[in-house]
Amino acid sequence: MSAGFPGVTLWAEIIFVISALTMLAGALVAVMAHRIIRSVCGLALCCIGLAGLYAFLRSPFLALMQILIYVGAVCITIVFAVMLAEPDEPAEPTSGHGEGVWLACALLVAAVVGWGLATLVVKGPWATPVERVAEGSVKAIGIALLTTHSLAFEVVSVVLLVAIVGALAIAHGGRGAAR
Amino acid sequence: MNTPLYERPAVYLVLAVVLLVIGLFGFLRRRTLIGMLISGEILFMAASLNVMALNRFFSPQPASGQIFVLLIMGLAAGEVAIGLSIIIAVYRNFRSIRTQDLSEMKG
Repeated sequence: MSAGFPGVTLWAEIIFVISALTMLAGALVAVMAHRIIRSVCGLALCCIGLAGLYAFLRSPFLALMQILIYVGAVCITIVFAVMLAEPDEPAEPTSGHGEGVWLACALLVAAVVGWGLATLVVKGPWATPVERVAEGSVKAIGIALLTTHSLAFEVVSVVLLVAIVGALAIAHGGRGAAR
Repeated sequence: MNTPLYERPAVYLVLAVVLLVIGLFGFLRRRTLIGMLISGEILFMAASLNVMALNRFFSPQPASGQIFVLLIMGLAAGEVAIGLSIIIAVYRNFRSIRTQDLSEMKG
């Protein structure tokens, strides 16, 4: 994104901020919503914002894959599970006191972890960005997948196969025990 | 002229931290299994964003990080498939997927 045109940098910054805010808002909706279906929609929104950030990180292939896999596969699968089970959070506060304590504990843990990591990020001695020796195009990714990283590629395909067969076996095993 | 926002590594790293914190908070707060699964996905995405930012700014080999994130996506998809099948099996047996109700074990 070289600024050949005077306003290009500003517009790119605006789009960057929009995608970052989309990601954070989607994540907050996914975490805070009471209905699980809204939470799934928040997850999809978060994935779209993250895809925008991937595009800014100069990997448009990953942006496409993010939308394809997360929005297209993961969210739809979760929607199917929501239709099969009834996973809404209980509306009535069953035990108001313990609920508040639990919420405070979750907030505390998240705040401590976030503060520590953010301090590390901001104050850490990061090296100066290096020059890249290769390009990160789709062609380079494909060549690297089939040469350098071919073992990891094959192992992940085996993992996915086992996941498919295991999901079928587990979901089939509970059938008939219900009634 | 200062560097624009999208060319600074710290911005991406802080965004990844915020995403991680949101996912952690949701993982602790949710009381249903699907909610915890969604929060786990947010944690995976925070890790992916972190890896991609470090790959973009601090690595001379840009293809490696993208392949790493692709593998993370594959593992996350497998995790969702297994997790949802377990959730559905649990729902068949318990008629509920609230974590408070799942308090008995067998075996």
